[in-house]
Amino acid sequence: MAGIGTAHLRSPEEALLRLEDLVVEFRSGRRHTVHAVTGVNLDVLPGETLGLVGESGCGKSTTGKAIMQLPAPTSGRVLFDGKDLTQLSGSALRAMRTRIQMIFQDPISSLNPRRKVEDIVAEGLDIWNTGTQEERDTKVEDMLLTVGLDPAVARGRRPFQFSGGQCQRISIARAVVTEPQLIVCDEPVSALDVSVQAQILNLLEDMKARYGLTMIFIAHDLAVVKNISDRVAVMYLGRLCEVGDPDVLYRQPAHPYTAALLSAIPVADPAVRPEERHTLAGEIPSPLSPPSGCRFRTRCPRADERCRDEVPEMRQVADDQFVACHHPLAPGESLTAVSLNGASV
Amino acid sequence: MKSDPAVAVRDLPVDTTASHDLDLPAIAPGEVLLEVEDLTTTFSSARGPVRAVRGVSFELRRGRTLGIVGESGSGKSVLSRSIMGLVPSNATRTGHVRFAGTEILDASAKTMRGYWGDQMAMVFQDPMTALNPVLRVEQQITESLHEHIDITKAEARATALQLLESVGIPEPKRRLRMYPHELSGGMRQRIMIAIALACGPQLLFADEPTTALDVTVQAQILDLLQGMQRDRQMAMILVTHDLGVVAGRAHDIAVMYAGRVVEQAPARELFAHVRHPYTEALLRSIPKLDMAKHTRLDAIGGRPPDLVNLPDGCKFAPRCPHAQDRCHVDDPALTADPAMAEHLFACHFPVSGVGVGVTVPVAVEPPSARPDPEVQA
Repeated sequence: MAGIGTAHLRSPEEALLRLEDLVVEFRSGRRHTVHAVTGVNLDVLPGETLGLVGESGCGKSTTGKAIMQLPAPTSGRVLFDGKDLTQLSGSALRAMRTRIQMIFQDPISSLNPRRKVEDIVAEGLDIWNTGTQEERDTKVEDMLLTVGLDPAVARGRRPFQFSGGQCQRISIARAVVTEPQLIVCDEPVSALDVSVQAQILNLLEDMKARYGLTMIFIAHDLAVVKNISDRVAVMYLGRLCEVGDPDVLYRQPAHPYTAALLSAIPVADPAVRPEERHTLAGEIPSPLSPPSGCRFRTRCPRADERCRDEVPEMRQVADDQFVACHHPLAPGESLTAVSLNGASV
Repeated sequence: MKSDPAVAVRDLPVDTTASHDLDLPAIAPGEVLLEVEDLTTTFSSARGPVRAVRGVSFELRRGRTLGIVGESGSGKSVLSRSIMGLVPSNATRTGHVRFAGTEILDASAKTMRGYWGDQMAMVFQDPMTALNPVLRVEQQITESLHEHIDITKAEARATALQLLESVGIPEPKRRLRMYPHELSGGMRQRIMIAIALACGPQLLFADEPTTALDVTVQAQILDLLQGMQRDRQMAMILVTHDLGVVAGRAHDIAVMYAGRVVEQAPARELFAHVRHPYTEALLRSIPKLDMAKHTRLDAIGGRPPDLVNLPDGCKFAPRCPHAQDRCHVDDPALTADPAMAEHLFACHFPVSGVGVGVTVPVAVEPPSARPDPEVQA
């Protein structure tokens, strides 16, 4: 799996963001190439939250950064509001970037430790000289209030005086203050405690509703992604496996990889015996030389010759569910423990 | 890549499970191996004493796993390091820690060296920083073998090879020659486990062993730890912030908040009858797979207290939805549930959180010892 195709894309006129055949490769040494993202097609409608999930090394963060042109993708198109960002440069790209903002995983290292919170949040406004100084001050103050910080206390402090959850609130304020249309959140809650995680997830939902944001939410925690997303895309080794409505996709995964990912999640219920669930054997192969055909085939219990020879193409299996697999799971079918344990590494 | 650890351990060229340096009585499976009594750990700091662990007591039997759950700053990691004696010089410990009947809290570092690796070992959270980057895997595994056992180089190498096999590392011969940076995160954690198990400790600490790993690898590593614990009948302390991780893997669970255990019970009992509001709030704040998308989460408001300036009364009271006047002045003691002696909680107004956010299955286990409250009344 992990395939190609565009069956899951909606009409280009509707989408706020559309990635077409996105490829990101990095040189490694003199002769090797890291195939980080290979031919990904994705779109996001205005007001939608797209969840991007997968293991480390699946290319989900690289995809998020390629949208921001940080760095620009090796090939493919990134259409934002109809304009191809890969064709923009200099001031045109800079201006475009104010409409897309990013929130990073580690809230403490992504904030400049030497600057005051008010300067961090105001930076985007200052650079673009938005409004008068007073207007900017008021805006920063309102924004800090909105994310749940007391402006009187917070604005003069520096990031180290805050906890991880509060720093993430500052990051959110910084991202939203320039009134972007799209926010790319790269693992925004994975460094936080569960109790704080819930606060930040609720805050992101509030901000989305209040400012009419469109979001791309990158995470490895499937439960978190389901909670916040309207649509979920599962990635493996640089390619898409499955795209769909989370309520459908989680209840009835069609891709063997999605099914394996779901069964690996620890459940807060002692009656579920972890050893009875089917865990995925082995590890993700090297992106230096990804397997031919379907990239998941080396760990897939259903793999056969066709999976080796032919890259699976995205196709529709349910109302809003698309899968790139030659042998998808039928509704109600599950991967058996026996078949997965027999998978080769 | 699944290996059978039982076979591999039995076939080790050297019996590494016997006690080597110390004259300790053998503890049979099911007997008490570790007793912790009123343990406190306080760090001195410029702002005043930081009370990281405040009076924790429990006992752990051989062959059992205790899960310790808490948020950052709850004292869960400091607790396991305090038991092992791995605390910095600005820490003061009081209370008792008895290992196989011997008091080890006041033991010197020199004495503790006899325990570390040999009797008790720890698997740390971040294998990249816990492993030595400039030593090959082989040296890191055989180090404690040479420290504790009279063993030749060839025997040590053969043992290391077997250990790597038993923790499910493919091509173990080649891996022995490698450096940590050449291995993936999951592999490194397997190496950490091999190092911890090298001398056959009776007590294994696993401090957030899977926090840095992907879910699929996390499941593999937890399966491995559980298998090793069962096979060797070790006592294990599994420290984590994720109730999901301990739910199916620990026999007993202790929930910590601000340096104290606030609720402790056998795993099944804890999830079926949550009594402490903090445990309930923790369970409610986790997003669950069976929730519909965009379900609003029950976040816990506020933040954990400052360990230098702890509030009076119950430390959770400022964040607790059930708190009343009494909670702010009177700190509740950890007491047993009248209906279930093994279920301890520290709360004046316990909740009756039956199956909070957890699907309690119909046919679970042989009847829990909890009598029906209706009948009892």
